[in-house]
Amino acid sequence: MTTQGEGLFGVTGTGDTSGMGGLVRKRPVQLDAQRPLGGWYDEVVDALEEAYPGFSDAIERVVIDRGELTLHIVPAKIAEVCQILRDDLSLRYELCSSVSGVDYIAEERRLHAVYHLTSMTYRRRIRLECAVTAADPHLPSVTSVYPTADWQEREAYDMFGIVFDGHPNLTRILMPDDWDGFPQRKDYPLGGVPVEYKGAEIPPPDSRRAYR
Amino acid sequence: MSNAGYAQERETTEGKVFTVTGGDWDSIVSGVDPMHDERIVVNMGPQHPSTHGVLRLVLEMEGETVTEARLVVGYLHTGIEKNMEYRTWTQGSTFVTRMDYLAPIFNETAYSLAVEKLLGIEDQITERTNTIRVLMMELNRISSHLVWLATTGMELGALSMMIYGFREREFILDIFEMITGLRMNMAYVRPGGVAQDVPDTAIVKIREFLDFMPKRIKEYEDLLSGQPIWKARTQGVAVLDVTGCVALGVTGPVLRSSGLAWDLRKTMPYCGYETYDFDVPTQPEGDVYARYLVRLAEMRESLKLVEQALDRLKPGRIMVEDRKIAWPAQLALGNDGLGNSLEHVAHIMGQSMESLIHHFKLVTEGFRVPAGQVYVPIEGPRGELGAHVISDGGTRPFRVHMREPSFVNLQAIPAMAEGGLLADVIAGGASLDPVMGGCDR
Repeated sequence: MTTQGEGLFGVTGTGDTSGMGGLVRKRPVQLDAQRPLGGWYDEVVDALEEAYPGFSDAIERVVIDRGELTLHIVPAKIAEVCQILRDDLSLRYELCSSVSGVDYIAEERRLHAVYHLTSMTYRRRIRLECAVTAADPHLPSVTSVYPTADWQEREAYDMFGIVFDGHPNLTRILMPDDWDGFPQRKDYPLGGVPVEYKGAEIPPPDSRRAYR
Repeated sequence: MSNAGYAQERETTEGKVFTVTGGDWDSIVSGVDPMHDERIVVNMGPQHPSTHGVLRLVLEMEGETVTEARLVVGYLHTGIEKNMEYRTWTQGSTFVTRMDYLAPIFNETAYSLAVEKLLGIEDQITERTNTIRVLMMELNRISSHLVWLATTGMELGALSMMIYGFREREFILDIFEMITGLRMNMAYVRPGGVAQDVPDTAIVKIREFLDFMPKRIKEYEDLLSGQPIWKARTQGVAVLDVTGCVALGVTGPVLRSSGLAWDLRKTMPYCGYETYDFDVPTQPEGDVYARYLVRLAEMRESLKLVEQALDRLKPGRIMVEDRKIAWPAQLALGNDGLGNSLEHVAHIMGQSMESLIHHFKLVTEGFRVPAGQVYVPIEGPRGELGAHVISDGGTRPFRVHMREPSFVNLQAIPAMAEGGLLADVIAGGASLDPVMGGCDR
């Protein structure tokens, strides 16, 4: 997942010469949780399966990590799933807390739209994740279900170029209207100018020598 | 008067465009065709004293009534989220603290809790760390609400409120300076703990603050609550009910002032809030006046929390034990600000080569965080402040997104303003307490 850049003096990789950089904590990661999931996770997933006939087609994966439930959704189905999650009496995810984009540059479907929903009734949270390709970054907007997603989808479009179809006004929000490119994509440089200090030139942060 | 440097009045295909620079009302009034009832578009901001920083409002008016309000944000976008991907996890604290500059401790805490959850070290956070975090957050909540009270007072014509609000806030900033070395943007709460311990002098100062603050809150109440102009400007203005709030994602005092007691400190506790004794104030009306009452009551609740936190402050560690995560240097307050303590420098430079290597590695390279993603929300002064943090297993964040309540709450302005008067746009916008540094990040 990490992109390897070349630093000053031709350093590649971690730049570590002491050997201490090899101290990496490994933790088991289960990318596809199996039923029973345990606790309230089963209640939520069962309730969704019962209320949503297209469940098996729409859900790509169920992941439980660090006590957080993530459903990977087929992009085209996201608005339907949100509608059920909001309206079904045993789910009641009334509040869409956050929508954010992520660029997993090494993956084929690299652009992810991540939704965090909150059920105020049951005091539960759930994360929905949709992955699209950079060539066809389209998925339906959830603004008709959660009006609060309006600006947050605009931000994800602005920063990552994810196109939310059906959004009432999908324009840039934080960057200027005539900006080129999508700044938070991983292949978009951080930018910055070298700074001169006492005759020496300090390069911008993304091209400095760095220990990773 | 001379208008050199400003655009001149001109005819466009859309109609006549006026440039208003003050003192030129006669030319504007005479320039408007009284027989025309075309709607006027008023651009307010981004440089306007009553829009709370660089917020721009585009208002379509019919007479004094707003028919359409559109908001333009982004003037303070500084790319903090992108920048963090090029710095270590610890350096991230110094970036998030600059987002919502009126609530730096909350930004740091949300981010630190997220990093700790990714590391899986939530259980190792010490009792004293949690107590200090609660103490600092509640002091910060009071200072943030004081700025809200001060600026909103100013915008609605209660100018003296501004002076009093900033006076008491200054006292809290002095406390922060005593504890962290900085008044704002302190990067005090860090993954694993806090940067340094609370000195005894600060405890004395906080006790002094606890002593006089209830009287000051009473003074603000005397000044504003029964005041006819204040009531006329706020009561029944910019009403938003619970349904509207939840649909638009509005949380925090605005949601509570429409009657729903949703406070993450109670409903989804963190940092040990479930062990404190405090109430969640609500009001049924959902107007600007209710938001004012809720914030006043919240300041009182925060005082209660600060007092309880002070009583619980028992000696102990302020960082996790794990030496692969805990910042190696003991920080000390010197004449020139916060820096490494002399004992620590003497130790690594003179006594222990291993400590020097260890210090160097942790400071330059940082620690590694196991891959995964978390979303950690806390109750900020403006509502749900969420940190969506993703690690790829490296020494830098793969992605950090902050769910900023200012950004989300601002979407409610059109719902509150349309159909109301122009003057009420100011009251309604101010009642959301937006901070543009947080909104634009």
